[in-house]
Amino acid sequence: RFIFLFRNNTLKLVFLLFYKWRHYLRLSSIVGKDLVLSHTGKQETCCPYLIGLSFIFPCRPFLFQDPIKGSKLELPLWLAKGLFDNKRRILSVELPKIYQEGWRTVFSADANVVDLHKMGPHFYGFGSQLLHFDSPENADISQSLLQTFIGRFRRIMDSSQNAYNEDTSALVARLDEMERGLFQTGQKGLNDFQGWEKGQASQITASSLVQNYKKRKFTDMED
Amino acid sequence: MGNGLERRKNGGREIDQEDGLRQVLEEMKALYEQNQSDVNEAKSGGRGDLIPTIKFRHCSLLRNRRCTVAYLYDRLLRIRALRWEYGSVLPNALRFHMSAEEMEWFNHYKKSLATYMRSLGGDEGLDITQDMKPPKSLYIEVRCLKDYGEFEVDDGTSVLLKKNSQHFLPRWKCEQLIRQGILEHVLS
Repeated sequence: RFIFLFRNNTLKLVFLLFYKWRHYLRLSSIVGKDLVLSHTGKQETCCPYLIGLSFIFPCRPFLFQDPIKGSKLELPLWLAKGLFDNKRRILSVELPKIYQEGWRTVFSADANVVDLHKMGPHFYGFGSQLLHFDSPENADISQSLLQTFIGRFRRIMDSSQNAYNEDTSALVARLDEMERGLFQTGQKGLNDFQGWEKGQASQITASSLVQNYKKRKFTDMED
Repeated sequence: MGNGLERRKNGGREIDQEDGLRQVLEEMKALYEQNQSDVNEAKSGGRGDLIPTIKFRHCSLLRNRRCTVAYLYDRLLRIRALRWEYGSVLPNALRFHMSAEEMEWFNHYKKSLATYMRSLGGDEGLDITQDMKPPKSLYIEVRCLKDYGEFEVDDGTSVLLKKNSQHFLPRWKCEQLIRQGILEHVLS
């Protein structure tokens, strides 16, 4: 499919637009841009960063009053990304601890022991976005992200394929959101296969969308 | 500012989010107007110091837009899935929570799908929303989960679908009722 698209230039443009658009609209990418990366494990909207170089905000009800030049603030990722430029005229970004050298060393020692959920539930996604800020450590950060994932992947795959019909909360507790998605995919494959073995693959089931909907109370129903 | 968006992003399509949406759109309008005036002032009055503020508002506008569009798109995806999982007639309760535009979209989608299905399989067309799971037999055992009433089978006879009654019926007739949660497919 990909080869076919690239033969024609206009189709190539459409493909690129479509790809970008899907990422633009995917809820998981949007949420990732809002998340906390602090070790308090809170799930509110601010991400720890930066040193403001020349912020001037007339009093607006939204965020803060007149940040002083040189002050340190926490901002959501999407905002920092939007305000950032190469010349650092408005702000510069300080890397969250978990992407700095100290933690990178911990990850390289043994990636499996780290609680990535506590470390900011969107470790990989957020880390990838951080590369946008042109830190001199970018190469090391990206290596660290990659190697951490490689180190943890095997265990996630194995556990997702072997936990059938059991409580998996202990297995996913220390996984970040992306890893949890992977785990779920593995579980779905396992469950589908088991269902097929039991002959359930031909069993017609009720629509899950409507099942979930009916669990909430509402007044009108078709009967 | 972002909190309304958070709720919407994580909230289900069932909940009527019109209010949240309206608030976001109002906020966007206010941001835009403030930026317009600041841009004019920056250009004519030479106030370059306003530029970070303008940029900030612009980022917020883009962010609001992205969240809004993603939210609406997610709703559409679920509505589309309903056509496949549930059928072409949606229950009133669900329709109540859809906007007029979403209903219109659903009708267009239904029509496109129907046109496509008619174009397959020669003269009669082919209902590809049937047999979503590979059928093993022509007739299946079903149990009734709710009182439904009289149900007519192909050869003219009718069956009374009363709660907990069990029947042996043609698969293609039951499929939709099973998906709607009225019948249950019993495996023997």
